[in-house]
Amino acid sequence: MSVVVNTSKPAPSAPLLADLSGVSARRRNKNAMMTALMGVSVAVIGILLALVLGTVVRKGWSIVAGEFPQWFTKDIQLSPRRPGPGMKAAIVGTIVATATATVIAVPLGIAGAIYLNEYGKRSLFARSLRFLTSVMAGVPSIVMGLFIYVFWVVPRGVDGLNGFSGALALACLMLPIVVRSTEEMLRLVPQNLRDASLALGATASRTTLTVVIPKAAPGIISGSLLAVARAAGETAPLIFTIGAAKHTNWNPFSGTNTSLSLQIYANAKESFPTAQERAWGAALTLIVLAFVFTFVARSLSARLSKGGES
Amino acid sequence: MALALDDLKSKKQIADRTFRGMTIAGGVTIVLILGLIAWTIASKSSLAFRTEGLSFFTERRWAPASNVYGALSFIFGTSVTALIAVVLAVPVSLGIALFTTQVAPSWLKRPIVAMTDLVAVVPSVVFGLWGIIFLAPKLVPVFTTVSGWFHGVPILGRIFGPASAGRTFMTAGLILAIMITPIITSISREVIETCPPTDRDGALALGATRWEMITGAVLTHSAGGIVGAVMLGLGRAMGETIAAALVIGSSPAITANLFSSGDSLPSVIAFEWGEATSDAKRSALIAMGLTLFVMTLIVNFAATYVVNRAMKRMRGES
Repeated sequence: MSVVVNTSKPAPSAPLLADLSGVSARRRNKNAMMTALMGVSVAVIGILLALVLGTVVRKGWSIVAGEFPQWFTKDIQLSPRRPGPGMKAAIVGTIVATATATVIAVPLGIAGAIYLNEYGKRSLFARSLRFLTSVMAGVPSIVMGLFIYVFWVVPRGVDGLNGFSGALALACLMLPIVVRSTEEMLRLVPQNLRDASLALGATASRTTLTVVIPKAAPGIISGSLLAVARAAGETAPLIFTIGAAKHTNWNPFSGTNTSLSLQIYANAKESFPTAQERAWGAALTLIVLAFVFTFVARSLSARLSKGGES
Repeated sequence: MALALDDLKSKKQIADRTFRGMTIAGGVTIVLILGLIAWTIASKSSLAFRTEGLSFFTERRWAPASNVYGALSFIFGTSVTALIAVVLAVPVSLGIALFTTQVAPSWLKRPIVAMTDLVAVVPSVVFGLWGIIFLAPKLVPVFTTVSGWFHGVPILGRIFGPASAGRTFMTAGLILAIMITPIITSISREVIETCPPTDRDGALALGATRWEMITGAVLTHSAGGIVGAVMLGLGRAMGETIAAALVIGSSPAITANLFSSGDSLPSVIAFEWGEATSDAKRSALIAMGLTLFVMTLIVNFAATYVVNRAMKRMRGES
């Protein structure tokens, strides 16, 4: 008997496998072949991921490390065909746009989620809000960019192209993600905690603020960080909204800006090797940024799920 | 004394109501934003729909210079690349989902899940960059070889026709396939994990091999949910902009040849918006955005409906 031991989780785990010695060769071979194909699928995605990351790290490292301090301290080379260090403007732009978008989308999303889970519950408005949030999650990111361009940038003319406009488009993208993940986290908070707080005479708002939210906080933060990581990597909403700057601009409200993703997109289209090098460098910088955010988010949510079990 | 207590109570009530009001305001704002998106996009595209009428969807020519705006070749490109992506991604995603739930020992599960999740974290523009600079040049000889195999074969010979460049429908489909694999995998895995162990143990007890157990118990049980997962992947592939824009070739075409360059809705918006100065062209591009929005909306709705129904049924059964 070949036995795969069932561990910790009761339902989903590899089942006990029967002895196949009495089974016909045809059926045994088919079983072995399909099992091998499943293994191959895992290998395929693993190899592709390694290939993508490997290329980015190899090509990106040579410029990021080769131009070490200047990569992070100098503005972007004006001509794509000339070599030269500097991605500071894009790093700053990504930080400015993503941070501004976070300030807009996260409080709004959390407020919406609190309404959904603590007040609205199954009411008509809550159900429509849940439905519309899922609609919004499906809006293609380029459409968000078009929307902000037409609605926000056009009325402001040339001054409309700035970090804030880009942030608005990113915020539209983050909003449904934040609402959805926050609501899920609030739902995980046991009802008896709320009941206990209410029984002690606390109002509903006090219960939410001092009992429910602290309990769900790590999950809410991790969901928001995942949305931030997603927004930091987005390109399409920024193409029409943020402008095309090469100089560092910390001010979201005035002057054009740029981002790592836009620099990758613009330089990838160029045929000059210098531009392509710059694209790989920006890609490495962006991937590291996205991975750090995701890693922090994951470890927070892992801590939450451990806390929930105990 | 009683007065003070009442005072305290009403103060508390005011705070309570204010907080409640704030959360409702948050919800209303979200609804308003979505309404604004729909209204803005719809009103700005009306010019294109008024002048082009239904021919906007049936005209295959895109010639802004002579004021002809047809979306058909872009709708075609979006559909074809998304379909290629799904066809390529589904077997791999199902394989990974089945491997993690049915085959892998428990210590191997977390690394595999983490690995597929990592694919989802890579920004789409990075896949585009990799596709345009690294993958596309390497694909030209591959395409040529494959099209050589099918040369002269009816139908297949036309689908795998001669390759002119590395940036084609197929390249875009390949990149999109990598990008949608994580979502199809994770939803399929969730669905498969709802399969009751008694079903699987029953199949095995009857003498089924593992593969027979999977086809007989696991897949029949999870079919609905997996179909939904695939459709969500399709929706994701259709809406994805930048990666596809970089590798599709940006030359609108309607052809059976998958190894030919083409264009898609999001890609033409991203590329031509900057040069679009006339109202007519801008409106046409926004109308393409609306078309894309509606297409993804339909697919996403169908997918959500299928997944929810399947999940409900399975929970009820187990």
